[in-house]
Amino acid sequence: MVISCSRPWRKSFDMEICRQDDALQISDLDPFLAELLRQIPESTNPDGAPAAEARLFSRPSAEKKICAEWKSYVEPELRRLFRSATETVTDDLTQLNGNEKSLSNCILHIPIAHADAWLNTLNQARLVIAAKYKFSDEELSDHDRSPIGSRRDLGLFQVNFYGFLQEFILREISG
Amino acid sequence: MGAVNAGQLEKGSTSTVEAPIKEKETRSEEELDVPWQVVVHNDPVNLMTYVTMVFQRVFGYPREKAERHMLEVHQKGRSILWSGVREPAEFYVQQLHGYLLLATLEKVV
Repeated sequence: MVISCSRPWRKSFDMEICRQDDALQISDLDPFLAELLRQIPESTNPDGAPAAEARLFSRPSAEKKICAEWKSYVEPELRRLFRSATETVTDDLTQLNGNEKSLSNCILHIPIAHADAWLNTLNQARLVIAAKYKFSDEELSDHDRSPIGSRRDLGLFQVNFYGFLQEFILREISG
Repeated sequence: MGAVNAGQLEKGSTSTVEAPIKEKETRSEEELDVPWQVVVHNDPVNLMTYVTMVFQRVFGYPREKAERHMLEVHQKGRSILWSGVREPAEFYVQQLHGYLLLATLEKVV
């Protein structure tokens, strides 16, 4: 399947994504999309954005006592879970650490065994970016928005691009 | 939430044996008997397909039922996924938070 992430006023950014045995394979990567892939791990970092931190670790109840217990016992487990997923994705992305000029020939293999880690990490990134930029429901459902004229527009593009990857992974693991 | 992590066990170990401290009972029988419900709230960022998959995995629901709940969340803002005693309800909410869904534990009124 060839995917085109278009920026209509300039050009389309393409990549090819397909299933290869026990892995998902992303090839023919445009440098722009490769850079967005490389930014996945750092995009999960909610530091300096209380809204993003609050979204990743949302309140489990309206009752203070439950929330206090949760913060002590459950939240550390969640932090470990999210960190572990992000580390798996970071390791997979080392395949993209090469010469910029050779990126078009670069292939990213995502083992199916890492699919859950990718789904989790992509979701972390999407939630953190959306919380940082406070995207409205309308913005989030406008998938044809263009052009990318600001950091905020780029953030929305990232949310949509990472969402597309999630959709593809979901489709492959659900058969 | 009732779990004790390794860090706590390590901190608690000392060279002298101290008399055990009887902790105050934190949950009354009445509190435990109150039915609780697991509620999932709408979030425009989470994909509909992702939410459906999470409901299938966490609750073991068939796809059709998981999709019904997902659509209820999407259209009405919330859906009650499960109700019953507190402990499993807490466990379900913890799992849902692990998938980054907005889920809460609520007393049935």
